[in-house]
Amino acid sequence: MSGTGEWPLFEVFVRGKRGLSHTHVGSLHAPDATMALRNARDLYTRRQEGVSIWVVPSGVITASSPEERDSFFDPAGDKVYRHPTFYEVPEDVEYL
Amino acid sequence: MDGSQVGPLNAAETEDYAQVVEEHFGGLIDADQRIEPRDAMPAAYRDTLVRQMAQHAHSEIIGMQPEGNWITRAPSLRRKAILMAKVQDEAGHGLYLYSAAETLGVDRSELLAKLHAGKQKYSSIFNYPTLTWADVGAIGWLVDGAAIMNQVPLCRCSYGPYARAMVRICKEESFHQRQGFEILWTLARGTEAQREMAQDAVDRWWWPSLMMFGPPDTGENVNGAATQSHTKQSMAWGIKRFANDDLRQKFVDMTVPQAEKLGLTLPDPDLRWSEERGHWDFGEIDWEEFWRVLGGDGPCNAQRLAHRRQAHEEGAWVREAAAAYAAKHAARGQGAA
Amino acid sequence: MTEAGSGAATAAGASRHAGRVDPLVVLGLADDALVYAQRLGEWLTRAPEIEEDMALGNIGLDLLGQARGLLTRVGELDGTGRDEDALAFWRDEREFRNVQLVERPRGDFAHEMARLLWFSAHRLERLRQEQQSPDEVVAGVAGKAVKEVAYHRDHATQWVLRLGDGTEESRARMQQALVDVAPYLPELTEDDPVGAPVAREYVEAVLAEAGLGAPPEPRWHARGGRTGIHSEAMGFLLAEMQHLHRTHPGASW
Repeated sequence: MSGTGEWPLFEVFVRGKRGLSHTHVGSLHAPDATMALRNARDLYTRRQEGVSIWVVPSGVITASSPEERDSFFDPAGDKVYRHPTFYEVPEDVEYL
Repeated sequence: MDGSQVGPLNAAETEDYAQVVEEHFGGLIDADQRIEPRDAMPAAYRDTLVRQMAQHAHSEIIGMQPEGNWITRAPSLRRKAILMAKVQDEAGHGLYLYSAAETLGVDRSELLAKLHAGKQKYSSIFNYPTLTWADVGAIGWLVDGAAIMNQVPLCRCSYGPYARAMVRICKEESFHQRQGFEILWTLARGTEAQREMAQDAVDRWWWPSLMMFGPPDTGENVNGAATQSHTKQSMAWGIKRFANDDLRQKFVDMTVPQAEKLGLTLPDPDLRWSEERGHWDFGEIDWEEFWRVLGGDGPCNAQRLAHRRQAHEEGAWVREAAAAYAAKHAARGQGAA
Repeated sequence: MTEAGSGAATAAGASRHAGRVDPLVVLGLADDALVYAQRLGEWLTRAPEIEEDMALGNIGLDLLGQARGLLTRVGELDGTGRDEDALAFWRDEREFRNVQLVERPRGDFAHEMARLLWFSAHRLERLRQEQQSPDEVVAGVAGKAVKEVAYHRDHATQWVLRLGDGTEESRARMQQALVDVAPYLPELTEDDPVGAPVAREYVEAVLAEAGLGAPPEPRWHARGGRTGIHSEAMGFLLAEMQHLHRTHPGASW
């Protein structure tokens, strides 16, 4: 990297507004994290799309692979009790 | 695969890759699901996407030049601000698209190197010069209009990162076309000289804009046949959603009434409404000019590429310095820890 | 410094004078932004990396916005009723009140970062004062601009640190850039004797961190920008900026 002057890739996550979590919006190149944060501001929030930014070097992200998908995500598929719509409640009960 | 072991670096190295592609990829495409970066996919699908996203990104970056030309000469401060924001948006769109391409394992620097070496193309429309201020209007109205027509279907492209980049781009692009129309609207209602300037720009940009949809899908010549099979494959993969000629017709149908509103003439004597087809008929496109400009014989091909190369080369020492600084400080950080 | 001297100095810096706002001082603040935005506009498509095209474009747009707000106000304050375009496109060179630093032709990236660092460090101090301007419009523009220029200053800071402590070449270029802009700094200092020491302290701390030495005292320095005296570069800049607008007098765009 340093020999040729190529800048590493960073993934960018933006919190759209207070109360929301950071969402992946894309990537960019920067020499280091400090500049990546600034570049991300200019690139991904120039229409006031965010209140907070994370940048993460793309190389340090560990991702699940599609082949592992069945063992990773399918077990959750039968745990319907995790979803609020699983529970029947009388219609006139508020704030549930 | 055993999660604790390191798998093949490239999924294509596995023996049953073809079968995985067949079942996994084919199944997703059939179900109109999005393909994501780590999915198994046919090599040709990947190559087509990388090439298309790269060309698209290059077009945004090279496309900054014809309009960037007019930033320092914009005729009002309001126009200057709008134009700066627009050219800056194009840089941003280029970056979104390079970012999408990089999810397939290519590096932006590789793609730029190919652009600089003339090995990857960009939209041929940017090989035409912007001779007057009205050209900025014509580019916004016609060129961006045609680009949007091409791009909106890409928001539903089968490759997730490309589709997401396009959603972002299309959202931002809508202001580009409107500002172009507004420029021409103002000129057409201005002084005689301004009106002439507007008409002259439309005369020069109309036909190249129609060429932006690519050669006909009819396959009536060698190039056409290649286009036809390419279009077919891209449509089967969900990369392309409409044929070139369909999009071109849609663009003409949309633009003719707008030109009438502007009070400007589209330079085509054969333009007339067809009751039978329910579309506007238009004249023969000079495909010889298209292939000629694409092949390098356009007024600005050499200039655009030289400008881009120069910026890249003049920036080399800056990029190297920043990388060296980062390396030094990372090393110091580790030393301290 | 005598009391009288320091009082005069304050008046020279801010647009306040005996509670009234001097349109010519506001004009200086506007022209600095307009002319520098013009130079920064030249960088789009020429930056060292596409991310930097974005950054310099943002800075140019911020400054252009400041210029438009301030020019509009000048036309009201000076009683001529000129709008932002009349002021930008129909004034001749001698009527422009910008410091000469901003009209210098575009140099290499190190030169731009040296110029941006000094310019935004000084402008930030000026704007902070103008937030207290008795003129509500000027105070309003300054309030928004303070945040923008603080970011510009930070951008320049990050780059000066990297170029100063990057490669041998970048260090040499950065050092040379500091020499090249040095003759244009007294104009900034004279303009704002109150804020200038704060700006200088900021920049010197950055240079020290970057391991860059202070350039030798220049033998010559620029004078006269605030009274309409400019360098040879200014005529070319205005010719380019004003040509189209002036070719069609009275036209709308």
